[in-house]
Amino acid sequence: MRPHWLLRHGTIRLLWIVFACVLLLTVLAGLVMDVHGYFGIDGTFAFNAWYGFVTCVGMVVIAKLIGRFLHRKDSYYDRD
Amino acid sequence: MTGISAIPPALPLFLGALLLPLLGQNMRAILSLGLPLLVLVIIWQVPEGASLRLTFLEYELVPVASDRLSRLFGTVFAIMAFAGSLFALNQARIVELVAALANAGSAIGIVFAGDLLTLVVFWELLALSSTLVVWSAITDRSRHAGMRYLVVHLLGGVMLMIGVIGHVSDTGSLLFTAMAPDSPAHWLILGGFLINAGAPPLSAWLPDAYPEASPSGMVFLSAFTTKAAVYVLLRGFPGADVLVFIGLYMVFYGIIYALLENDMRRILAYSIVNQVGFMVCGIGIGTEMSMNGSAAHAFTHIIYKALLLMSAGSVLYMTGKRKCTDLGGLFQSMPLTTVCGIVGALSISSFPLTSGFISKSMISQAAADQHLAIIWFLLTAASAGVFLHAGIKFPWFVFFQKDSGLRPPDPPLNMRLAMILFAFLCIALGIWPHLLYAILPYPVEYVPYTRIHVVEMLQLLLFSGLAFFIMLPYLKRTLTITLDWDWFYRRLGPRAINRVTQVLSRWHAHRRIDFLRHVGTLFGTLFLYHGPRGILARTWATGSMVLWVVILLGIYLVAYYY
Repeated sequence: MRPHWLLRHGTIRLLWIVFACVLLLTVLAGLVMDVHGYFGIDGTFAFNAWYGFVTCVGMVVIAKLIGRFLHRKDSYYDRD
Repeated sequence: MTGISAIPPALPLFLGALLLPLLGQNMRAILSLGLPLLVLVIIWQVPEGASLRLTFLEYELVPVASDRLSRLFGTVFAIMAFAGSLFALNQARIVELVAALANAGSAIGIVFAGDLLTLVVFWELLALSSTLVVWSAITDRSRHAGMRYLVVHLLGGVMLMIGVIGHVSDTGSLLFTAMAPDSPAHWLILGGFLINAGAPPLSAWLPDAYPEASPSGMVFLSAFTTKAAVYVLLRGFPGADVLVFIGLYMVFYGIIYALLENDMRRILAYSIVNQVGFMVCGIGIGTEMSMNGSAAHAFTHIIYKALLLMSAGSVLYMTGKRKCTDLGGLFQSMPLTTVCGIVGALSISSFPLTSGFISKSMISQAAADQHLAIIWFLLTAASAGVFLHAGIKFPWFVFFQKDSGLRPPDPPLNMRLAMILFAFLCIALGIWPHLLYAILPYPVEYVPYTRIHVVEMLQLLLFSGLAFFIMLPYLKRTLTITLDWDWFYRRLGPRAINRVTQVLSRWHAHRRIDFLRHVGTLFGTLFLYHGPRGILARTWATGSMVLWVVILLGIYLVAYYY
């Protein structure tokens, strides 16, 4: 049986291409607008793009670090 | 004041809760759907200001008082009770429906309480009814989690009660007006409120208890307790600086813990804390814009969070599975649940044209208007983080990722209708924000749809989406939980008590003989002096007593002379 059309390699490749184009468009759209930030740096070119990306990567890294210390098996409390 | 407006808005729900077990299935459905709509009508008929006054001891009570803020919260609570009942009709036990109606009634009682005593009464009813909703799942896990939930909330209730008594003795008034954290009594009231909001260090009750409720139970629970807390904070502590920091902690706590979580409904539970954090932060900023933003965000949050939980609840109901590691690929056989889950996920992430976009932006805007740079940068990072932990993570791991091989169909009609209704509301509020802005506590001049704002939000969200897929290998789900503050009372506390008991009983075993000998000696001595023939218990002649008195007086005289 063929996989669902959304799961085919071709579709996934296409989705990535579309996603990349949309990302590029949102960044380029900033060029044609008169962006004026409140605090200086937030008014610079593509601020929200890199800020969103960097902070998200940061949050995943911090979560992984915290997880190292605080992760337990999910049956941890079962003997309560 | 006549007619329908004379009915306290919470009353029909409590009466309905009492009647429900006596009725047949059809009447039960009519009542549990009809009463919330009746309450919605009443809420809009109650006149502004105090509409019911009583005297208790020498204090004035105002059990029903209304203004724009009460009406806003009352409205969304009533809508929620309706949709929750619709979702629950085919599955919930009678006890759960009873508890859920009482839960909604308590929350509505709180938002129309004009005095602190009425507030405390409904506050306790809210704790009891929500515990009953947790217990309605009737599993061992829900029994334990419900008990822990109850203990935390009774603690909050006691803090609130002590604070209220202190407030009354300080001010002589029971009326519920704005306060500031400036006295021990007010700190206790604030603490009681914050416990219900899911604030640290006692935030773990929320992801601990809610996901143990039934699929429909958690939909009800997500709405009332935390948002009633947001309401009382809005009314009681506007502009309290400490709330900004507490709110920011909650925002990031929710993101980090949700990123580490494997259970789909616990992910959404952490994200409740995250979203309430935005509201608490807005209340702390304390401007009209931020207060409006927090109130609006509570309104939209109740709807999209319930939608997300209905979607997760449908998956749980149809598959019996709740862990991301067991799920995946469900979009193929549950298209409607998938689409509604995605609408909820986009709304919580504040995507343009959804309800979250028009409400959360107001809080960030308020931070910018007040030149609170650090807070603004943190809130912006958190907005990206919401998309990461709830906006993509929930739909991705439940409906897409690997194929789990599960092919359950969409859930029964009533559950589908409840999801469609709330998905529609999420989009409708996103497209026509003025519908919500018109009923906010303060006049709104904010315009969410400017080209710059839309583009900036899209950049932020889409690039956080890119980060999600790039970091996906690090987000792989494992069969783990993450320890939280509740470890102290679930592990350390019981272990410490066990240890002390062990030490004491070992000591007792060793020292038992010695101990008994000492006790024997003690009682022997007591018996010697105080027993029937003891020197201190013997019957003495009156003459000898007089002799002793004379001797004592003689000694006193001699001592006095010198």
